[in-house]
Amino acid sequence: MPQPEPQAAAGTPHDVKTAVLVSSGRHPVSGRAGRAREDARAVEMGLSLVGADLSLVHAGDPEQASLRECLEGYLGMYHGLDDDRDGQLSLLPLRAGEDALPLLAAWLERSGVRLALTGQRAECGEGSGMVGYLLAERLGWAIATGVAAIERCDAESVTVLQALPQGQRRRLEIRLPCLIAVDAVAEAPRQSAFGPARRGRIETVDDLLPADESRLDTGSADWQWQPARARPKRLKVVKSTNARDRFKAAAAKSSASGGQVLTDLSPEEAAEKLIDYLRAEKILAQDDQ
Amino acid sequence: MLQTLLPILIFAALAVGAAGAVRRTRLWRQGRRTPMRWHRLALMPKRYLNDLHHVVARDKAIAHTHVATAGGYVAAMALALVVHGFGWRNPILGGLLLAASLVMFMGTIAVNLRRVNPPAKLSKGPWQRLSKSLIAYSVGMFLVSLPLVGVAPTVLGGGVLAIVLAAVLVWGLLEMVVGMGWGGPMKHAFAGSFHLAFHRRPERFDDNHPDASPKKTHDVHRGSRSTALFPLDLTAKTLGVEKPADFQWEQLLGFDACVQCGRCQSVCPAYAAGQPLNPKKLIQDMVVGMAGGSDSRYAGSGYPGIEVGKHHGGPSDAIVPQLVEAQTLWACTTCRACVEECPMMIEHVDAIVDMRRFITLERGETPEKGAVAIDNLIATDNPGGLDNASRLDWAADLELPRIQDRPEGVDVLLWLGDGAFDMRNQRTLRSLVKILRAGDVDFAVLGEEERDSGDVARRLGDEATFQRLAERNIATLSHYRFARIVTADPHSFHVLGREYGAFGGDYVVKHHSTFIAELFDGGRISVTAPAQAESVTYHDPCYLGRYNGEFAAPRQVLAALGLEVAEMERSGYRSRCCGGGGGAALSDVPGRARIPDMRMEDVRETGATTVAVACPQCTAMLEGVVEPRPRIRDLAEMVADALVEPTAAMNATSAPSQSREEEPA
Repeated sequence: MPQPEPQAAAGTPHDVKTAVLVSSGRHPVSGRAGRAREDARAVEMGLSLVGADLSLVHAGDPEQASLRECLEGYLGMYHGLDDDRDGQLSLLPLRAGEDALPLLAAWLERSGVRLALTGQRAECGEGSGMVGYLLAERLGWAIATGVAAIERCDAESVTVLQALPQGQRRRLEIRLPCLIAVDAVAEAPRQSAFGPARRGRIETVDDLLPADESRLDTGSADWQWQPARARPKRLKVVKSTNARDRFKAAAAKSSASGGQVLTDLSPEEAAEKLIDYLRAEKILAQDDQ
Repeated sequence: MLQTLLPILIFAALAVGAAGAVRRTRLWRQGRRTPMRWHRLALMPKRYLNDLHHVVARDKAIAHTHVATAGGYVAAMALALVVHGFGWRNPILGGLLLAASLVMFMGTIAVNLRRVNPPAKLSKGPWQRLSKSLIAYSVGMFLVSLPLVGVAPTVLGGGVLAIVLAAVLVWGLLEMVVGMGWGGPMKHAFAGSFHLAFHRRPERFDDNHPDASPKKTHDVHRGSRSTALFPLDLTAKTLGVEKPADFQWEQLLGFDACVQCGRCQSVCPAYAAGQPLNPKKLIQDMVVGMAGGSDSRYAGSGYPGIEVGKHHGGPSDAIVPQLVEAQTLWACTTCRACVEECPMMIEHVDAIVDMRRFITLERGETPEKGAVAIDNLIATDNPGGLDNASRLDWAADLELPRIQDRPEGVDVLLWLGDGAFDMRNQRTLRSLVKILRAGDVDFAVLGEEERDSGDVARRLGDEATFQRLAERNIATLSHYRFARIVTADPHSFHVLGREYGAFGGDYVVKHHSTFIAELFDGGRISVTAPAQAESVTYHDPCYLGRYNGEFAAPRQVLAALGLEVAEMERSGYRSRCCGGGGGAALSDVPGRARIPDMRMEDVRETGATTVAVACPQCTAMLEGVVEPRPRIRDLAEMVADALVEPTAAMNATSAPSQSREEEPA
């Protein structure tokens, strides 16, 4: 597939109320709180789409010490825009044992947001990567994940480029309202500057939902928590002596290396192909007829 | 006729000039106001005759020319006011007036000779005109004063000759008196005097300051090396300088004092490398911004690669990019060569950092690698984004004493700096540890509790990150007891020693060259003579030399090693930067040449096979020059290699200092 050039957003996306769901990030080396990498890319995408009209929302524990500094990291990105308005962020206070989903859904509905951007997975906390899907399900919105760029946006729909393995892109046309999870290959976030960060407003919204049982995250109560360990990586031994192959192997996403798309096969042919594949991967023994 | 005309001319010139001066003063006062300290005006003559003259006198011919011209002019003007202005036609005063005009004329001849084929660093245009105007003034004043001593016939008082003479004098007065107030070249005398009086760094003129240079020769720096950047109030409405009016008024006044002599231009490493920076043009652009208008009337060398005449500014207009391109500001290595060389004591580096502060803190437009370094500093406390706990990995086998285990305190806290993460600098640090052990120094390290000093963040304009790092480092240091800090990194040395004071951190900080020299002086380490004669030159790091005045200790160490230093032409306070300071290695502005390549050319000219360095940044920059090139070795490495191990020394001689005395020093 030819790679389409990422284009600047055309049309008038400014009448589409846009928000970014931001989370508290965790630096991979120091573990310090800061901007989450994918969320920062989502904010960048939002700012280049609607400028200072972009609003940010975070559901979290307002008592947490590093939270303000972390959220200011996102507000510090409100510079180099057409107008000099300061950034604004709605903080939805979340007490221990509460679920972020109902709050976020209620906030999105109340503020009339039609395009919500977010990263694909939080860097700390549960980090399930499920928030986007669950929100879209609850609100009845469309969801697109792994988005690399927004090409066009108008009052009805949005055209995005979805990142596929090996640098491939797929163009999707999505009807609004929708939720977009931004991939790590999207445009790098702009620098967070101290001045705009300091001036940005953080507004606490605590009248969204009555504090009752429905806000509790009943599932997580029984969970057992332990620090995550990096999963061992499968070694990729590339035997080729040819630089191009080695480069391709290095650049490939592991999930898709050597994959094949087969279409228009009869069920028998398809089964044959699958069995061949499983044999090649040594999942089925050679003599297992 | 002239007798009636002269007082009118003189007083009219003074009045018009004064009106211009009032207008000029208003231009300066557009800057941020500070409390006026009028009594400082009294300091001006001493600062002019002493401090300014010592900088000018680095070029003897120019100093003599200026003394004759300026001295003659001031005397002639004062006497003319009395004699011609108030009409006290005393023959003695008349004789003095003639003498003053003559002295001025002689100076003027030298000025004009220099202007026949002016060197490239000089501005032409009005400055070329000034040399002619000086002749007009001195000759005119001489001739109209001749009748006072009865030499010339009184016929001079009438006729065509009188009209010609009056016209010449009017030309002189217009340039020398009216032009002074209305922004001609002579404004340098007016603005310069006030600039000297209200200078933002009065310590620079204070010879009794604790760190003033002890020797009072012509070419050493006088007064204190006031080189710490000014702290920025992070609660201010806007941070840094966006438009000329955001400068402090003393800074605007300082810019206006520029004489466009181009000394800064000829020492600027970025200019020489063809990067788009010229300190002289930058200061003139600030004047353009202050007064409003375009840079098309600038008659000197511009920024390499940027056309003169396309930029414009105003006191309330943003400086970047209409007046100055961001690239110009990011090309500066903050080496302070321009400040050191400026006869008008203008502070170029302060201005550049002020403008960088706005770009970084308000606009978020730090050059890409610089922004990455800042993000890393925020997240990991070091610019490389590395795990701070790995700061001591290079010393895993050295069993370095930790200050955490020494609650009773130690003599020396060894500050590692970010060179601890760099494999090249780790060799230097290992050598330094070897020396400290050989000298039986009671030392310890902070280990993972040490953070970056904040130097690079501050020079890139990120004062917020700098202050955060400074506060955290100061808080850490307050937990431990130590007599002094020793570091192999001149940038840490400068920041800890000079810049932490403003945040409540007052420490005795020594650079390792100073400390090693002390070890030699105390006879605590001894070295063997070099096996074969080696030709060595020494590269002065900016932050050790120009910033902190330490030129002697590194040379002392080399002498103690029995090495003779073949000095480069640009050494000592005139050392050329390696190109790695002030975040310039991160902003990496393209130019015609690389600064370290030029510096290595300086090294090659001495014929040295080894260049001794004393800074991790200089080491990295100079080692980046392609081979074949002289070897680059840190002072610590050279000393460590020549060390006589303490056990061996004890067996060989009873007194360790004895062997040192045998060295050719």
